[in-house]
Amino acid sequence: MRKKLWICLSLLVIVPGLLFTVSCAKKVVQSEPTAEEEAAPATEAAATTEAPAGPSDAELADQEKMAQEEAARQWEMQAEEDLRQTQMAQQAAKDEEMERAQMAAMQMFMSEDVYYDFDSSALTNMARNVLSRKAEYLRIDAEASVIIEGHCDARGTSAYNIALGDRRAESAKGYLIDLGIDATQLSTISYGEERPVDMGQNEEAWAKNRRAHFIIE
Amino acid sequence: MVTRMNLLSRIVVVSFMILMLFYPHAVAAEYDYIDINNPFLRKIPLAIPWFKDMSEADAGNVLSVQLPDTLSETLAFTGYFKMLERQSFLMDPKNPDIIATHINFRNWTAIGAELLITGGVLVKDGQMETELRLFDTFKEKLIIGKRYKGSSDNTQSMIRRFCGEVMHHLTGNRGFFNSQIAFLSHREGNKEIYISDFDGSHPKRFTRHNSITLFPSWSSDGSWLAYTSYANGKPDLYIRNIKKKGETTLNRKGIQLTPAWVPGKFELAATLSFSGDQEIYLLTGGGKIIKRLTMSRGIDVEPTWSPDGKQMAFVSKRSGKPQIFIQNIASGRVRRLTFEGRYNTQPDWSPKGDKIVYSAMAEGSINICTIDVDGGQFSQLTENQGDNEAPSWSPDGSLIAFTSNREGRSRVYVMTAFGTDQRRLISLPGEQTNPKWSPNVIAN
Repeated sequence: MRKKLWICLSLLVIVPGLLFTVSCAKKVVQSEPTAEEEAAPATEAAATTEAPAGPSDAELADQEKMAQEEAARQWEMQAEEDLRQTQMAQQAAKDEEMERAQMAAMQMFMSEDVYYDFDSSALTNMARNVLSRKAEYLRIDAEASVIIEGHCDARGTSAYNIALGDRRAESAKGYLIDLGIDATQLSTISYGEERPVDMGQNEEAWAKNRRAHFIIE
Repeated sequence: MVTRMNLLSRIVVVSFMILMLFYPHAVAAEYDYIDINNPFLRKIPLAIPWFKDMSEADAGNVLSVQLPDTLSETLAFTGYFKMLERQSFLMDPKNPDIIATHINFRNWTAIGAELLITGGVLVKDGQMETELRLFDTFKEKLIIGKRYKGSSDNTQSMIRRFCGEVMHHLTGNRGFFNSQIAFLSHREGNKEIYISDFDGSHPKRFTRHNSITLFPSWSSDGSWLAYTSYANGKPDLYIRNIKKKGETTLNRKGIQLTPAWVPGKFELAATLSFSGDQEIYLLTGGGKIIKRLTMSRGIDVEPTWSPDGKQMAFVSKRSGKPQIFIQNIASGRVRRLTFEGRYNTQPDWSPKGDKIVYSAMAEGSINICTIDVDGGQFSQLTENQGDNEAPSWSPDGSLIAFTSNREGRSRVYVMTAFGTDQRRLISLPGEQTNPKWSPNVIAN
C-alpha cells in the first residue's frame, strides 16, 4: 500500500519533476566546458613543465603520450563524477519535491476544519465538501492514522459541549467511513469548549470554534 | 478577685448544667425561628457581644474578641441574620453578662436584637474552654448552651460546631459548617480541582494532572471524589478517595463525563460514549458498569440524584434542544421538566428534594433558575450580571454556589436559595469555576 502511495505522489509531481530534470540536464551540458577548462590548464601546465626538459626523443614522446592519456583518463573520471553528482542532486531534488508535495497535502488536510452550526453536529454542504477532500487525501495516504477533534464555541455549558463535540467528531468520522475510508484509520476526541482557536466573544469567533479538527498522528 | 471569679464560674457551670437538663424540652418547638422555605425571609437581628474572659491574668483577652468575630462572620455567611453593630449595645463591653439570670434582656430588645449569643472563654496551659449560649431576647429564654474544650489553635472548629447547633435549633437543619467546596481553578494554565472550606477559606489544590480536569462530584459520605480528566489524552473518569491514596480510572473509548454519586451508596451515574452514543450508566464505585440508565439516542449528560436516590434528573437533547428530564429509576419512566427556554443544563437536585437548580441560556446570556420537581414554581435567581452558571446547593439547601463572570473573569459566587445576598466566595488569582458543594461531614 505504502508503495502505491509513493507511486501516486510521484505521479503528482512528475510533470514539474520532468521540467526540473530538463533544466538540470542543461546544467550538465554547461558543466562540460568547465571540465574542459579545468583539463586544459592541466595539459598546458604539463607542456610548460615539459618545455625545459629539452629536445624531444622517443622517451619524451612516450612520456608525453602517457601524460596525455593520464589527463584524458582523469578528465573522463571527472566527467563521470560530475554526472553522478548531478544525477544525485536531481534525485534529491525529486525526493524533496515529492516530500514537499506530500507535506503540503498533509498540511492542507490538517489545516482545513469542518464547521458546524450552533448546538448542532449535522454536516452542512460545506462540511461535506471539506470531508470529501479529506477522503481524497486519505485514499492516497491510506496508512495515515487520523484523530478527529470535536470542538464547540464558548456559549453553552461545559459538559453538554463535550458531548456535542463528541457528536461532531463522530459525525465527521461517520461521513468519511461512508466515503469508503477505513474506520480503523479514524479515532475521535472531544474537547468541548476547552480549546477555542479564537477567544473572541462574537459570532465570527464562535463560528470558528464550532469545528472538527483533523490531526495525522 | 480570684474567689469572685471562682464563685462566678461555679455559678456559670451549675446554671449551665441545670439549663442543659431542661434544654431538650426546649428544642422541639424552636424550628419556627427561620423558615428556610420562605422566599421573603426577613433577616433576624442578632447581637453577639465580646466574650467574657474567665481566665486568670487576662489569658483569654485576645480570644474574647476573636471568637465573637469568627462566630459573627460564620453566622452572617448563612444570610439569615442581621448582625447588630457592637457600638449600639447597652452594656459594659469589658464585662458582659453571659447567663440568663444576669442578662438584662430589655437592653437587647431595646436595640432591636431578637437573638443574642453570649460567650465565655477560659484559657489555661494552651487549652481553651468556651461556653456559648443562644438566647431569645423577647422570650428571655435560653435556646441552647454548649461548652467546648480544646487547644486554643482549634477555635474555628469549635465555633463552627456551635454554629451548626444554632442553625439546627433555628431551622431544623445542621447547616453546612462542616462542608467543603470543590471547584476548578485555572491558575496554572490547566483546569485543576481545588478544595476549600464552605466559606472559600483554606483553598488547597486537589488534582495534579496538568491537564483539563472537570466535573468534581462528592460521594454522600464526603470521602470520595469522582471527576473527569484529560490526563491520558481523552476525557476519562477518575474515582478517588479524599483521604486515602489510590484511585480508579475508567479507560473506555469515547468520553466519560459528569459523574454523580448515588446518595448513600458506593455507586455513581456518569455519561459514557463508548457505544457511539452519549448515554448515562450506573457504575459501581470501582468503575464497573451496573447498567445503562438512559435509552434514548442523542446526548444524555449531567445526572443528579433525588435525595432518596429513586429518581435522577439529567440533561437530554432528545427533544431537539438541551432540556432537563427526570427519570424514575425503578420504572424507567421519563418526563420532561423544563419547557421554558431552549438551552437548560447543569441541573442540581436540592438536598430537601423539592427543587432543581439549573442554568438557562436565553438571549445570549446564562442565568441560574430553580424549578419545583413537579414542574411547578419557576424562578430566575440571577439577572443582568454576566453569565451565571454551574449552580450547586449547600448541603442544607439554604445556599447556592455558582460561577459568574460579572466582574470580568469567571469566579465562584454564593447566594441564598432565593437569589439574595450574592457575593464572591473564593479569592484566588486567575479564574475559578464550577463549584461543587460537599455534604456536611466533618473533615480531617
